[in-house]
Amino acid sequence: MNILVCLKQTFGTEEKIAIQNGVIQEDGVEFVINPYDEFAVEEALRIKESIGADVTVVSVGPARAESALRTALAMGADRAVLIEENDGAFDEHSVSKILAAFARREKYDLILVGNMTVDYGGAQTGPRLAEELDIPHVTTAIKLTIQDGAVIVEKDAEGDVHTVETTLPVLITTQQGLTEPRYPTLPNIMKAKKKPIERLSLADLGLSADEIAAKTAAVDQFLPPAKKAGKKLSGELADQARELVRLLREEAKII
Amino acid sequence: MSRKTLVFAELRDGQLRNVALESLAVARSVFPDAEIHVAVFGDAAGEHLTALAQHGARTIHHARHPELVSYNPDAYVQALHQLISELQPALVVMGHTYVGKDVAPRLAAKLGVGLVSDCTSLEGSGEGVVLTKPIYAGKAFQKRTIKSSPLFVTIRPNNFPKPEPDQTQTANIVSYEPNITNIRTIVKNVVKKAAGGVDLTEARIIVSGGRGVKSAEGFAPLRELAEVLGAGVGASRGACDAGYADYSMQIGQTGKVVTPDLYIACGISGAIQHLAGMSNSKVIVAVNIDPEAPIFQVADYGIVGDLFEVVPLLTKEFKALLEQK
Repeated sequence: MNILVCLKQTFGTEEKIAIQNGVIQEDGVEFVINPYDEFAVEEALRIKESIGADVTVVSVGPARAESALRTALAMGADRAVLIEENDGAFDEHSVSKILAAFARREKYDLILVGNMTVDYGGAQTGPRLAEELDIPHVTTAIKLTIQDGAVIVEKDAEGDVHTVETTLPVLITTQQGLTEPRYPTLPNIMKAKKKPIERLSLADLGLSADEIAAKTAAVDQFLPPAKKAGKKLSGELADQARELVRLLREEAKII
Repeated sequence: MSRKTLVFAELRDGQLRNVALESLAVARSVFPDAEIHVAVFGDAAGEHLTALAQHGARTIHHARHPELVSYNPDAYVQALHQLISELQPALVVMGHTYVGKDVAPRLAAKLGVGLVSDCTSLEGSGEGVVLTKPIYAGKAFQKRTIKSSPLFVTIRPNNFPKPEPDQTQTANIVSYEPNITNIRTIVKNVVKKAAGGVDLTEARIIVSGGRGVKSAEGFAPLRELAEVLGAGVGASRGACDAGYADYSMQIGQTGKVVTPDLYIACGISGAIQHLAGMSNSKVIVAVNIDPEAPIFQVADYGIVGDLFEVVPLLTKEFKALLEQK
């Protein structure tokens, strides 16, 4: 089986966001594999271990994304590809066109990608990529079973669980609960340092600037207004409860 | 030639989702003079069509087909694509629900257009409308504009106000069977986890429990408080992982994202993934035995104490206050 995992390098989830002139600052930030994409890498590796597969991980991003790809190699991926692009203007349309151009170069049976990124969180890449490749998709998978070409996915639908049947080739987006990503072992981390990371440019993929030009534009980025410090009440709990209810009615005017 | 806008009205469990009505307000806001068309699929009841008309729908395209009886992404994408090709709307609006997340991006790719998803507010109108959406789990916000046509937007539930209903308004109802072929994914089974109750994404008030609730039974005082307030009951991922609450109650980045007027967090420490699901709440109250719990940094009001003592006291006080009315 030939599996493609698309991953994005994002800020660590605990990072504080600093913005200067509408630009999000990257100094001193810890970068990670987008946690949802990590589920995708792990699921690919489990399939590889159970029925055998070739696992390629690809990322569209700046040069620093290489470290995320190295982590995926250290987890056990066979091949890693960086499509280096630094254009901050690219949007979900752009990225899905680029990934589609890459995915078309080989016959992938299964494409796995996180259901959303923890940075821009548009949750668009997966379904867009499936449409570009004209293959079915299932989002927010929490369980995946592949047997004799039949694919059975349990997906999270706002708390309900849908069981979906489909066939290969298919694109699946991954949700928390699907699997627990492994920590790469030290020997595998060392081995991964020696594995090559292929680099492809947009020109290598035969893409014109026009095809991938963004269809949407960011015009500003800002932090929410600093919240007024909250009131920690004091006194006897019974009094605090009474005071809270009073404040919610009279001050917050919510009740 | 009158401009048209298209709103997708989602039904869930036989009810019209509030976000459908919020979408009507967005359509009116972006193109005030356009004719609002609504797409509704499956078994929409007369009362749903009436509600849509009274909230601004001018024409309702009620698509019925065996493949539309229950949710199917292939069928929904095809039906919407056909309708968009026919109507050529200037704007398409859907809720950023599990349906919206599944259908909108695929549809956008099929149309070759941009999509701004999970919008929480907008400024201006027309083609240059500016849409705001949360980024980095709500730690920041981004404003976006769209260069392609039709404008395509999904909105976060409970962030845009519904339009004022006009009881005298009616709509043309067009019932039809769309042409649906090539279904490649089949929903074989649906397990409904949400045991009825308030839809958290639409709730005005939510009482939520974390690991501090310590057991499934520990949710009982929270449910009592919710009952008095007419509130929904939510849970943190920690409480769900520990088996104290069903995952259908989970609020957070991987659970439901909610925007209630009042969020009462009981025994929830305030991890960033939880905040991502509720930080946009109008008023946040935190009850936690640990004065250093991060939740206090985002709470408007806080009570440091044992939730098993505090929550019943709150129930008593709210009951007294509401009985006065």
